[in-house]
Amino acid sequence: MNVAVDLAPVVALVGNPNCGKTALFNALTGSRQKVANYPGVTVEKKLGRLSTPAGRALEIVDLPGTYSLRARSPDEEITRDVVLGKLTSEQAPDLIVCVADASNLRLALRLALELKQVGRPVMMSLNMMDIARKRGIEIDLGVLARELGLPVVSSVAVRRGGTDALLAALDKQLDVLPRAAAATWRPPDAAGLRSAQREADRVLRAAVRNPGHLDPATARFDAVLLHPIGGLVILLAILFVMFQAVFAWARPLMELISEGFTWLGAAVATLPLPDIIRSFLKDGLIAGVGSVIVFLPQIVILFFFILVLEDLGYMARAAFLMDRIMGGAGLHGRAFIPLLSSFACAIPGIMATRVIDDRRDRLTTILVAPLMTCSARIPVYTLIISAFIPDREVWGFVGLQGLVMFGLYASGIGAALAVSFVAKRFFWRTSAGEPFMLELPDYKIPQVKSLVFGVAMRASAFLKRAGTTILSMMILIWVLASFPQPPEGATEPAINYSLAATIGHAIEPVTAPLGFNWQINVALIPGMAAREVAVGALGTIYSIDAGDGATEKIGEALKSQWPLATALALLAWYVFAPQCASTLAVIRRETGGWGWMGTTFVYMLVLAYIAALLTNQIARALGAV
Amino acid sequence: MTLPATIALGDARVGFRGRITALDLSRAPAAGLEPPELERRLIELGFVEGASVELLHQGLFGGDPIAVRVAATTIALRRREAMAVVVTDRP
Repeated sequence: MNVAVDLAPVVALVGNPNCGKTALFNALTGSRQKVANYPGVTVEKKLGRLSTPAGRALEIVDLPGTYSLRARSPDEEITRDVVLGKLTSEQAPDLIVCVADASNLRLALRLALELKQVGRPVMMSLNMMDIARKRGIEIDLGVLARELGLPVVSSVAVRRGGTDALLAALDKQLDVLPRAAAATWRPPDAAGLRSAQREADRVLRAAVRNPGHLDPATARFDAVLLHPIGGLVILLAILFVMFQAVFAWARPLMELISEGFTWLGAAVATLPLPDIIRSFLKDGLIAGVGSVIVFLPQIVILFFFILVLEDLGYMARAAFLMDRIMGGAGLHGRAFIPLLSSFACAIPGIMATRVIDDRRDRLTTILVAPLMTCSARIPVYTLIISAFIPDREVWGFVGLQGLVMFGLYASGIGAALAVSFVAKRFFWRTSAGEPFMLELPDYKIPQVKSLVFGVAMRASAFLKRAGTTILSMMILIWVLASFPQPPEGATEPAINYSLAATIGHAIEPVTAPLGFNWQINVALIPGMAAREVAVGALGTIYSIDAGDGATEKIGEALKSQWPLATALALLAWYVFAPQCASTLAVIRRETGGWGWMGTTFVYMLVLAYIAALLTNQIARALGAV
Repeated sequence: MTLPATIALGDARVGFRGRITALDLSRAPAAGLEPPELERRLIELGFVEGASVELLHQGLFGGDPIAVRVAATTIALRRREAMAVVVTDRP
């Protein structure tokens, strides 16, 4: 115990999902907040500091939303354990603030009754009072406090001064903080929950007039957005714009970043330094950092869209619309957006799986996200297709090259669906599938401040978390491709003397059935840094100078050196292979361990091997040599 | 006097308005959860006896999932779980 370090009282925010807890947290702490992970789990830990009007320094912790302390997911377990003071790594909260949406009190009141049983001081903050008032919901705070037996204040997180009453109440509560009483909370059974909800309904009738009407604006929007057909059409349109944005709008920025790093690398290359240090700086460090940062525009754009949709309340609707369609393959409705994003890049896609509450559904989605054809595969596909697949039409109107490209995309999607189906049936068989049950919150206009916070938090989390792992992998790949150095008077390209080449030769017996020669094996190693790097690596290995038309020249060289079966097998390999160190690093960070990264790596490698093997053998048998 | 006709919420059509009379887990054998756990989840989302319900929306395929107004909250769930919620349209 490090007693002397920090004795600021801890205030925990607990509430139902969609109660505006995070908006309140942002309003209270402003920019003095940080996001970390709870040890051993992937649950985000949101901490912030604030000073009360009386000058008291407080630590505020924003706990994952829940309907009950009877935890059903890792997120909710964290909420339960922190509230009960059971988490050894965390200071137990001195005060629990039960945050409730004033326009949707019923379920929050039952949670508040449950929180009363944990033996710690509890108060209630009625958030979004402005919305409740506008909708004609009248709440008597005095009666509510009396009937509930808890101090109650109102707050409007999104308005300046909207948290004054809460801040004053925090001071008042912390002044007279009673000792924590013995916790009487036990996981309630159905009878206990039922009687608690009855009690909550009694409190609601006593203190609130007019509670139950559906928000008219929400009703009007839902009539269109949840329309069985119209809703799906609109969802697809939204997703199309989003996909387009991640794919196309990010491109100029990504090119700018990549050019910037190339320029920096070129600048470093002119420095009067020993060759090996120059190469480390240029090809290891700068290229490595660049390959991470280049994803930033996609991540920022994707998370901007996701947060807007989430804050609007649309995300739950998207899950509603997609549930049945995704459910056939054993995926959750919410997996749709992460998987779609993975067409641009699996990294933002995997990060976006955070919208899936259930851990199993989330892991399944993470597992299959790298099978979606990401943009980094396109240069490799293009190179091989344009070199080996004749540019002619089939059935009179379909281009054969385009058809092969489509086939590669379809294989990825088909494999993702099949793998998730298998994972759901066999991996998770031990317990019943999570039912689809979620609240459809009222639509709300997103707050610019919370959007900016949200995007900035994702971006910095990506740079910090992925950056360290990805960078170290990049350096490892550079070491493999650079050492040992070529001997004096070497005639072949430097990489042919490196460890990568040694590995390439060593695994030749293993890859021979796939039709891969050692040159391909060698190119696959720097290709781990980013899939498209394999194109440049092939150029290096076959000694083709970079420059105008280099890709065409590489294509010609490959055509003269490889049989068609090998080219097709390499395409098949690329559909499945875990050929991206960054993706693996992100999986490790997002799942909180090596296990899931290893699982992904192994199953993709096995699939890739089998696919390439079958492709090569069948193509040979059919005479494609 | 006729007894109030009850149906499972999972069988209700869009536009149905009524009141919950019971949670009967034996009516939802296909649910993705063990009966005691399903019952607790339903209660936590506000499905208790006496609460008003209205079926607001349904999905395209098989009319699934459904969006249900329960008292003052809108909940989305699948029909197979909603089978456990017994409702009546009588006062």
